[in-house]
Amino acid sequence: MKVSITVNGTTTESDVEPRTLLVHYLREQLELTGTNVGCDTSSCGACTVHLDGEAVKSCTILAVQADGTSVKTIEGMSINGEMHPMQQAFMENHGLQCGYCTPGMVMAAVGLLNENPNPTEDEVRLGLEGNLCRCTGYHNIVKSVLAAAKK
Amino acid sequence: MIPAAFDYKRASSAAEAISLVGQYGDEAKFLAGGHSLIPLMKLRLAQPSMLIDIGRITDLSYIKDAGDHIAIGALTRHMDVEKSELVKKHVPLLAHAAGHVGDAQVRHRGTIGGSLAHADSASDLPATTLALGATYVAQGPNGERTIAAKDFYKGFLESALAADEMLTEIRVPKISGGSYGFEKFNRRAQDWAIVGVAAWRSNGNSGIALVNMGSTPILAVSASNALNQGASIADAAELAAAEAEPQSDLNASSDYRIHLAKVLVRRALENASK
Repeated sequence: MKVSITVNGTTTESDVEPRTLLVHYLREQLELTGTNVGCDTSSCGACTVHLDGEAVKSCTILAVQADGTSVKTIEGMSINGEMHPMQQAFMENHGLQCGYCTPGMVMAAVGLLNENPNPTEDEVRLGLEGNLCRCTGYHNIVKSVLAAAKK
Repeated sequence: MIPAAFDYKRASSAAEAISLVGQYGDEAKFLAGGHSLIPLMKLRLAQPSMLIDIGRITDLSYIKDAGDHIAIGALTRHMDVEKSELVKKHVPLLAHAAGHVGDAQVRHRGTIGGSLAHADSASDLPATTLALGATYVAQGPNGERTIAAKDFYKGFLESALAADEMLTEIRVPKISGGSYGFEKFNRRAQDWAIVGVAAWRSNGNSGIALVNMGSTPILAVSASNALNQGASIADAAELAAAEAEPQSDLNASSDYRIHLAKVLVRRALENASK
């Protein structure tokens, strides 16, 4: 089935099998490998991208469901070659260790601030409940998000 | 994991979806937000050969004040139920429960109708709408019918919906005054409840329903009746737990679930009595 999905501002078109997951469309068809597959069961959030501005888990969305939408991945976050303030905050606050969960964390955190620009620490923790960090680096992730909110 | 191959059609109206499912029969499944169905398909626990995508039937996504009840379109996403001022005002228990489904990413995609039609006793909204005395509207080839939530859940992942019917609306009676309690016991924030409880009290009435305490969500009728007639919260909690015959699984034994249910019903009713 033919799909047309705007990814990071560029219109992409492809003929996909209906069973193609959005995350595989991004990683394999478009070679945007910043979005990771973690648990593959919509638990861990490593595959989080924005679909029409909202954080979603791309391992649990079919590419055909995303037909006609606008998707943003971690590759689309930098602005004129500069890191997005959230990426910058993660770097400055040691918000990453192995880095595997980081693209999903950043996308979920930006989605959270879009909906709640000045969250409390509790709201950040609750807002990121859908993202797991196996290094257990949560304290600095939360610190990073709070720092980014102040920027 | 990638689901087994299937064909895909997108419906632009409920009528079109129902005619498509009639055409393809038992092999077809409706796809709404996909957050119950796609995980099952990846695990090969469901293997429909045709998916009929109803996710874009935008006129089934709404929340309306309908006088004595709030009418919610079946394709309304959890996040919209959670944030709705109407729902918060008239059935705050439902807004609260919707905010506890999965996580933010899941709530952006998952729909109330999808969750109810999936009829998983471990999900939050079947029990919550059951406690609230909701009525579901189903549309099929011969028109519309209403099904009381208490008559909807038939068995494990089994509902009163015929294969060619789809949920179109959820009607939740307004509750004036009173309070509610919602308890969800799980190991990780986003997990399904090992045991959950949705309860409300208002003007001498009450509703209590249990999550994941059997193959269907359970309406604790005798506990509610006793409470309305003046029984203590502790006695009501004992009665509620006695109404269930829960399963044992990796997370909890049947006995542990019964213990949890007593504790959680008590907590939920204490909050609902404030």
